[in-house]
Amino acid sequence: MSNNSNPKNLANRRYVIAALIVVIGIIYVIQLFNLQILSPQYREFADSNAFLRRTLYPARGAIYDRKGELLVYNRPTYDVMMVVREMTRFDTLDFCNTLNIDIERFRELNAEMRDTRRNPGYSSYTPQLFMSQLNVEEYGLLQEKLYKFPGIYIQSRTERQYNHHNMGLILGYVAEVDQNKIASDPYYVRKDYVGKSGIELSHEIDLRGEKGVEILLRDAHGRVQGRYDDGLQDKAPVSGKDLTLGIDIELQAYGELLMQNKVGSIVMIEPETGEILAMISAPTYDPSLLTGKEFSSNYQSLVNNPYKPLINRSVAGTYPPGSTFKAANGLVYLQEGIITPETMYSCYGGYPPLGGRPRCHGHGSPLALQYALSTSCNSFFCYGLNHMLSNRTKYSNVGEAFDVWKDHMVSMGFGYQLGVDLPSEKRGFIPNSKFYSNIFNTERWNAHNIISIAIGQGEVLTTPLQIANLGATIANRGYFYTPHVVREIKGADLDRAYTTRHDTGIKREHFELTVAGMADAVKFGTCRGINLEPLVEVCGKTGTSENPHGDDHSLFMGFAPKDNPQVAIAVVVENGRFGATNAVPIARLMLQKYFRGEVPESDRWLEQTIMSREILPYVYTRNLPSK
Amino acid sequence: MQNNIEVEDKGKVDKVTLFLYLLFVILGWLNIYAASYDLENATGMFDLSTRAGSQLIWIGTSLLLAFSLLKIEVSFYETYSFLFYLIGIFLLIVTLIVAQEINGSRSWLIIGPVRLQPAEFMKFIISLALAKVFNAYDFKLMEGRNLLLVSSIILVPTILVILQSETGTALVYLSFILVLYREGLPGGVLFMGVAAIVYFILGIRFSDEQIGMLSKGEIMAVVLIIIFSAAMVWGYLKRRKTFYSILLISSIPFVAAYILTFFSLSVDWGMVSLIALAITATHLLYLFLRYRVKTYFYIFLFLVVSFAFLESTEYAFNDILQPHQQMRIKVALGMEQDLSGAGYHVGQSKIAIGSGGLTGKGYLNGTQTKLKYVPEQDTDFIFCTIGEEHGFLGSTLILILFTVFVLRLLKLAERQTSTFGRVYGYGVVSVFFFHLLVNIGMVIGIMPVIGIPLPFFSYGGSSLWGFTILLFIFLRIDKSRRRA
Repeated sequence: MSNNSNPKNLANRRYVIAALIVVIGIIYVIQLFNLQILSPQYREFADSNAFLRRTLYPARGAIYDRKGELLVYNRPTYDVMMVVREMTRFDTLDFCNTLNIDIERFRELNAEMRDTRRNPGYSSYTPQLFMSQLNVEEYGLLQEKLYKFPGIYIQSRTERQYNHHNMGLILGYVAEVDQNKIASDPYYVRKDYVGKSGIELSHEIDLRGEKGVEILLRDAHGRVQGRYDDGLQDKAPVSGKDLTLGIDIELQAYGELLMQNKVGSIVMIEPETGEILAMISAPTYDPSLLTGKEFSSNYQSLVNNPYKPLINRSVAGTYPPGSTFKAANGLVYLQEGIITPETMYSCYGGYPPLGGRPRCHGHGSPLALQYALSTSCNSFFCYGLNHMLSNRTKYSNVGEAFDVWKDHMVSMGFGYQLGVDLPSEKRGFIPNSKFYSNIFNTERWNAHNIISIAIGQGEVLTTPLQIANLGATIANRGYFYTPHVVREIKGADLDRAYTTRHDTGIKREHFELTVAGMADAVKFGTCRGINLEPLVEVCGKTGTSENPHGDDHSLFMGFAPKDNPQVAIAVVVENGRFGATNAVPIARLMLQKYFRGEVPESDRWLEQTIMSREILPYVYTRNLPSK
Repeated sequence: MQNNIEVEDKGKVDKVTLFLYLLFVILGWLNIYAASYDLENATGMFDLSTRAGSQLIWIGTSLLLAFSLLKIEVSFYETYSFLFYLIGIFLLIVTLIVAQEINGSRSWLIIGPVRLQPAEFMKFIISLALAKVFNAYDFKLMEGRNLLLVSSIILVPTILVILQSETGTALVYLSFILVLYREGLPGGVLFMGVAAIVYFILGIRFSDEQIGMLSKGEIMAVVLIIIFSAAMVWGYLKRRKTFYSILLISSIPFVAAYILTFFSLSVDWGMVSLIALAITATHLLYLFLRYRVKTYFYIFLFLVVSFAFLESTEYAFNDILQPHQQMRIKVALGMEQDLSGAGYHVGQSKIAIGSGGLTGKGYLNGTQTKLKYVPEQDTDFIFCTIGEEHGFLGSTLILILFTVFVLRLLKLAERQTSTFGRVYGYGVVSVFFFHLLVNIGMVIGIMPVIGIPLPFFSYGGSSLWGFTILLFIFLRIDKSRRRA
């Protein structure tokens, strides 16, 4: 112990003290390194502390019709947002009464908001959507009492509003985004609105615009203390682009009236551009049904409706094209040199090689193509198909011949989706040689095995849009533009797919002959009912397609005027029997409306008859929603 | 005064210390402005209604004070040391009686517009008093009467300040033990102090897991006691062989128990540790009786006292400390998160510092401090502003500058030719070192939350005046030291 009092030894203690000071300094630098360099999570904590990211929702684009009539626009609604961290005890009952919900619903919404599986972005620090779509009155009530409910905010959003009760299937609807969409596209968060069908879906990117964000600084008490970085990091929302449709709402509405109480479709296309002028699918629904708080119940009853009003039959319904397909077949035979305009076949009330099947009706015989088209002779086209498929000078076997036929059909827009700017388009069906080889289990089959496709029956299936597109192709004498409903996107160019001309590769002269045949059909053939001379010279082709679902479907395909055509049309009335019975008068009325602007007095009786006619297929239903 | 210059007063004020002082005060002022900066309506740096503005007044008066202190003769401080001490104690008692409670403490003396904390000024007063006592001719610390005097000088104000609920400041006074260590307090006492802290931390930190008769923490501490005891035999008596034999014999129970586990027998490790401790105690007692060397007995006593201390820590922790103090310790030891209470402060301060990254967010761009996420961001937690806005580089630079500052003071203290100067200098070193150790340690989450300011940086007049007086008296003494 004595060494302790030795001043020299004591002086050495300064090194112990200095070492202590240095060691502490080093430990603290290590801890600073640990906090500031090795722990990036502190930066995130700090950001979530201080930054209140408020989403700025852009206005969804409006939709106008061909003539500039406003169809769809936005109306403000209000969402209730909750920042759980900022909530203190408040009168839940008062809150529920203000929102007009019961306590059960409150718990349900609360649980849904906090469920990280359904709401992966949940955080108690950031505003979370509690309840959506308050109307102006409810908003007013809540706004008044808002001071009583800390942690509750109101965020304004917009909701779709419709000026007309038509074309719900084309416009489509907007609803809250589902989990799959959120998972596949990071743009969306829970309860965002997204187009679910129709144009709202196919033009979602144009319509939605870009969400903006406002970064606010929030202090420890949750109070907003201004903008971060003077708003330089903020992003203003970009409004959605307005769309102008090729559709004429007046024509559309008229078509829907004609098709009421029927199942089927009307499609009208401007051949020169491919713009769709009207697209009626029956039955349809009022688009206003699928907006606002009544969405769920209305949607359920539409889903449960046995006539399936949520299916756009114009693009998603497939039908045997019947005799309208003969025009296409004739074009193929001519192009392939199987027939010439002068080639004549005999018809004796049916196709002779198969013992009079398929049957035909009374007309002169033998006959050439132009006359065959105007009278819709079955035998002529059966001969044609047979001669084509059994031609061994041109084709080495039936398969090769058939695939040439198929390729021509595809070039006219059949067998594949046309690529219309609407969702859920079906491709229809044009078989190829392999398909039949599989069915017959041999490659040695012949035209007689598949003779019904010569008259648009059998395996061939088309959508009404494809039939109308055939009308437009013939009207153009050999080419078409992909049909589309959106004519103009404000501030952007139309997709090149809709401005590119598709040539069929079939010579114009063959089309002229077909046009002549279709003009004859209107003048003194199967569709005299649509003769609108002297107003306009219409070309047309009826169709009566047999199907396993009951009465034949009534079809019409045509265009007008014959020279410089302005409109092509296809009409399909399910179970409407002969083409002339329903499809032709409907097409006539549509053309009257299109060319005159209104139906003349002389056609009023026809209009009345058609509108009051009810052709609904029998459907077996269970659990029909009670009205 | 001008024409009355003392003969010995030829020296200059130490430039390094003076430079660092001015640098700290200016940086401190800039950081107070940043910490109290209001994003919505920013005010000028010189607006006297703001904290930065009023700190400017405190800085100005401090500089005047410093200048005046340098003009006063050293003999004045020496002569009136005890008078200052008596006045200081008197003020502490007066404060205790008349002060109203502000933020939970009764430490503010309000005289008209001036608010003072006498406890701040006791730091230089105690240093002066200690210097005066040690300066007596042939003063020996380890003599009973002297030890009692020195202890009283430190403990009386400590108790008075504890009564004012200023626990942090009271702990600062205890840092004078560093002065005593330099002036002859046996290293063993300091060692026992360190050992006590280690036992305490182990005992509390690992008290949850019980292994047989003892908790995991107690077993670790018992093993440490055995190793410390053995090390003392080596250190004090230079008996390396005895050191090994103590360790070897005490490890026998552990080895035996370890072998037992191979026969699938469950072993009470707590009991094993106690047996080992008892063996070591007996061993030391045997060595004392055999060789009649008192040191063996002292080491035996160390062992017994250590174990007694260990066994009482849990009681002390649970029954003497206030719940909020327990919580602060638990948070510092990482046992509790408690993000709403004590842990909130440390949590937010770590977030602020951690979010600074390498280079920081830039001056006035810190979000955590501006938006008041960090509590007391311009007083006790001001280091957060540095960490957030200037990053690792900035905060490390400040830390290094402070370390250099304290080491410089240590050097100045050692170059004093008088015991008075040296003891006072060590008092200054102890106070500054303790403030840095606790304040920065608290802010970066190593130390429990003890509310004491960061010298020259934290906002507040009393603390700035207190540190200025403490420092400049020393610079005055250093200036006029006798040179060899």
